[in-house]
Amino acid sequence: MLDNLTPEMISLLITGIGETLYMTLVSTFMAYVFGLPVGIILYITDAGGIKENRLINTIVGTVVNLMRSIPFILLLVAIMPFTRFVVGTTIGSTATIVPLVVSAAPYIARMVESSLKEVDYGVIEAALSMGANSKQIIFKVLLVEAKPSLIVGAAIAITTILGYSAMAGMVGGGGLGAISINYGYYRYQNDIAWVTIILLIIIVQIFQEIGSRIAKRSDKRA
Amino acid sequence: MIELKNMSKVFNQGTENEVRALSDINLTINDGDIFGIIGLSGAGKSTLIRCVNFLEVPTGGTVIFDGVDLSKISEKELRETRRHMSMIFQNFNLLSQQTALKNVCFPMEISGVPKAEAKKRAAELLELVGLGDKLDFYPAQLSGGQKQRVAIARALTTNPRVLLCDEVTSALDPNTTRSILELLQNINRSMGVTIIMITHEMKVIEQICNKVAVLDHSQIVETGNVKDIFLAPKSRIARELILPKSEGVDSIGEGGIYLRLVFDGTTAFEPVISNLALECRAAVNILAANTKNIEGKAYGQMVLQLPEDRSVVERIENYLDKKGIVYKEEESYVG
Repeated sequence: MLDNLTPEMISLLITGIGETLYMTLVSTFMAYVFGLPVGIILYITDAGGIKENRLINTIVGTVVNLMRSIPFILLLVAIMPFTRFVVGTTIGSTATIVPLVVSAAPYIARMVESSLKEVDYGVIEAALSMGANSKQIIFKVLLVEAKPSLIVGAAIAITTILGYSAMAGMVGGGGLGAISINYGYYRYQNDIAWVTIILLIIIVQIFQEIGSRIAKRSDKRA
Repeated sequence: MIELKNMSKVFNQGTENEVRALSDINLTINDGDIFGIIGLSGAGKSTLIRCVNFLEVPTGGTVIFDGVDLSKISEKELRETRRHMSMIFQNFNLLSQQTALKNVCFPMEISGVPKAEAKKRAAELLELVGLGDKLDFYPAQLSGGQKQRVAIARALTTNPRVLLCDEVTSALDPNTTRSILELLQNINRSMGVTIIMITHEMKVIEQICNKVAVLDHSQIVETGNVKDIFLAPKSRIARELILPKSEGVDSIGEGGIYLRLVFDGTTAFEPVISNLALECRAAVNILAANTKNIEGKAYGQMVLQLPEDRSVVERIENYLDKKGIVYKEEESYVG
């Protein structure tokens, strides 16, 4: 039991936790930088939206769907030249962030769109009747009203990205996933595999719990 | 001040799903009016009120507000114009994630009023609508009537000339409805705000409107002073709305003379029909009635069926004249 959990391994695992958190948080943040505006565009250009535009909606929607269709493990390999172009390398935690963002952004765009769709149209209509412009409706009505739902979405996004980051260990990424694969799988150190899995479970739980709590506290509807 | 000329609205024009929501609407709403627009659901009321502030753009005709044709101005000017005609809604449409105070600040925030000033005015308006102690409450913590009061305070922040009310009492119980209508009436009287009121309930029109238009199947079938239409509704739909058909009383068959009695609060509440029957020695049949006693005065309407005997009818009409009850003979009662 836990024979392989040497002091060196423990310090490796600690570094791994740090790398995993780094990859996950930075990727989630960057994925929102791209995904949030795209989600807003999808929502406002949809039929009946405040900036209804069938052409833009169809183009953006199709691109988002295409990107979401590519399996992450393939995307990881396929965009390596792009990754090298952006961060200068294809190995390590930072290199993993690029495919994580490319993969998560369209997913986040759809989640944002669906959160915005939950906003009661009556409130938007009320803002329009007061003479609000599109920018004011987006920032002062939509995002404010959808906040609890957006936070729940962010918690789901973070945990999903965390899971994907572990996959990146297969192709030279860092973090707990890489440790799990390199030691637990290639070197048959089952105890290390279990330890990494338990650590990942704990991190997912923490993120999910924090997300749910913030969402609940920020929701003024109940 | 607001004029609708030959206005029409067709949804999905030119497609197979074409729906004609409004046809050939002509209305003039004067300053200071409380103008009711009544109709059954699906008649086009909500579309009509949304055409007034161009939330729905009419597909034909014009909407003129203070001499300006709304279809001829830019989007920016339209947004500016909308600040002079506030709207309140059946479902209140408050920001659920903001306090009452923040909700009332919202219209001022988007028109660039400095924060401190907006807060001060919002607090004053909430005080005015009777919610001075609820500034930091979220909509979920307020009752329906209180939410509508917040919405009214919010609507007043821009000093509007007109208040567009879309079924604003339909989600409220009778007592709350009454108090909200009183508040609107006060606002109309003390601030001179013109009110356009969409409703499916005649009692709303009755309580506060001076003018009314009856909307049926996308068209205005009748319009005029509330008093006149109450006394002599011409359209079938207006009769139906004023006095809903009573169950089981109209089974005595056709024939006879029909008399519509209107109690407008000028006569005392007394057993009119029994007295009438005794004094005129005539048997009358009550086909429909909706009267109430407010502070000893009679309000409401009644439709009577009289025997087909001119001399009896005259006796009855004399009696009514003597009592000061307004009435009108009708050829038939379609309720």
